[in-house]
Amino acid sequence: MDETSHLDRAARATPPRIARRIQGLSDRTIAWIFVAPSIFLLLAVNIFPLIWTIRLSFTNYRVNRPNNAVEWVGLENYQRILSDEDVWQTMQATAHFLIWTIVLQVLIGFALAYLINKKFKGNDLWTTIIVFPMMLSPAVVGNFWTFLYQPQIGLFNYVVAFFTGADPASFSMIGDVNLAPWAIVIADTWMWTPFVMLICLAGLRSIPESIYEAAECDRASKWRQFWTITVPMVLPFLMLAVLFRGIENFKMFDMVVQLTGGGPGNTTTLTSIDLKREAFERWRTGYSSAYAVILFVTVFGLASIYVKALNKVKER
Amino acid sequence: MSLSVTDPNPRTKWIAGALVIGYAIVTIMPLLWIIATGFKSPADSIAYPPKVVFEPSLEGYVNLFTERTRATEGMLEDAGPPTTWYERIVRDQGMVITGPSRYGERFLNSVIIGFGSTALCMLLGTMAAYAFSRFRVPLKDDLLFFILSTRMMPPIAVAIPIFLMFRGLGLNDTHLGMILLYTAVNLSLSVWLLKGFIDEIPVEYEEAALIDGYTRFQAFYKVVLPQAATGIASTAIFCLIFAWNEYAFAVLLTSGTAQTAPPFIPTIIGVGGKDWPAVAAGATIFLVPVMVFTILLRKHLLRGITFGAVRK
Repeated sequence: MDETSHLDRAARATPPRIARRIQGLSDRTIAWIFVAPSIFLLLAVNIFPLIWTIRLSFTNYRVNRPNNAVEWVGLENYQRILSDEDVWQTMQATAHFLIWTIVLQVLIGFALAYLINKKFKGNDLWTTIIVFPMMLSPAVVGNFWTFLYQPQIGLFNYVVAFFTGADPASFSMIGDVNLAPWAIVIADTWMWTPFVMLICLAGLRSIPESIYEAAECDRASKWRQFWTITVPMVLPFLMLAVLFRGIENFKMFDMVVQLTGGGPGNTTTLTSIDLKREAFERWRTGYSSAYAVILFVTVFGLASIYVKALNKVKER
Repeated sequence: MSLSVTDPNPRTKWIAGALVIGYAIVTIMPLLWIIATGFKSPADSIAYPPKVVFEPSLEGYVNLFTERTRATEGMLEDAGPPTTWYERIVRDQGMVITGPSRYGERFLNSVIIGFGSTALCMLLGTMAAYAFSRFRVPLKDDLLFFILSTRMMPPIAVAIPIFLMFRGLGLNDTHLGMILLYTAVNLSLSVWLLKGFIDEIPVEYEEAALIDGYTRFQAFYKVVLPQAATGIASTAIFCLIFAWNEYAFAVLLTSGTAQTAPPFIPTIIGVGGKDWPAVAAGATIFLVPVMVFTILLRKHLLRGITFGAVRK
């Protein structure tokens, strides 16, 4: 009460221009004041480093040899990376990881969402329990999975041995060249299936009951309803889940580096792990900058194409 | 209440329930195993067949928080009889405590950096989101897409120049550096989510407030902020969980003073072989808060993990 009357008196006493200032800044000014700090921080921590990376990628700079002359080498780094056998091998390992995690997570995630949508008693509680793994720290989880994968004493080996009758000490998920790529697929599927499940569940819940009721009236079989109503209507959601998982797993570093460290050999060396070795162990800064640019262009390109396809599906 | 034709019959529900519960039990197993291992003695933790029933022991937790050394006769005489329960546990292994371990510090670093970056991120994020939601910002769509696209870079790729930049500014291995970095990384998520939450608040409330003589600022913090409180809280928890879990930047940019728990936990080793109960104890203390947050976040989980693309 008191305050407003003070303000009133002050407003009447001041000339109009200053009065407007006290009344408040213009919307435009406020908009800029509100957006500027964020843009500034993003420019400083995201865009500036990106430009720096692109610049470095054309040089032979090495962080650990600051006294060496930095030379402009043009596209040499790019040429070397794209013709490097090892890089293609890590690309293959990444593709294997990407494809299998997505296939498994989509199948299991969709099946789970479909079952949960049957609305049995207590489905909320069990959904929350299923979601836990994806919220946890991937590095800590990866580290702990090495314990589960131990031959002989590991829980995973024990359970597998229990059901197959094999000797639990006879195989090592992270020590065997053939098994290691699957060890990371299993751990990632365990962790991220709930993500696909949640998105599918949202898709299933978005389908209006009335469509199924109409289909019932037309005597469409449950099987037909599933393929002509459920699947097409969940598809945009499913594709979105695949987009997120695709980008995330293309960047995958923490969980796998803790689980296998990229080994044995190079069998689980995903691109991010390879990049880390080049940049922070061999300190080939220029070379690894070019590597980073190639990865970024790949993700960005694939994601853009995919989003176009996704929008087409949504329009239908 | 009448049963609609589309309602699944009881038998279907029963089968669906059984399958989902079966999956939930399998998926929760590794987590329960981590928690259980934390309470095992080192011998029990590597027993074959794996022990489901065991005598609980706090050895893992004691080992997690202390540095120990194998005791010689002279040391035992010097130290005298054990005075506390944790000393007694260590003595039973034939060792003496030489000091606290680094785990406490690392955990505290996680708390400082996690909460610091979340607070800063919410401050900047709410302001930017409000502006994007309510005003005509030039190039709005481009800016929003730009903010989102910053998430597509593999962290290692961004880490190279950030490492150089931080080294130049003296921010390597400092709390401030990590707080700024995580704020920038989380900003995309928080702006994107908060814009969605603020979009849902009817503009009419603010217009009414403005007519009543509120300034824009007052309308923002007296009308919009309270309305968006739940949205802001859940966004904050998402930012906190991300900063809490982050590993790649932490392992590359910190080594001592500002190192957080994720890069530290895997480096815990015991005397003679890996001390799994201590690792499990460290992981348990670190993971349980996130599980609690997940339960709190239940309703907004989907929105958070999809950048607000799916709202349920």
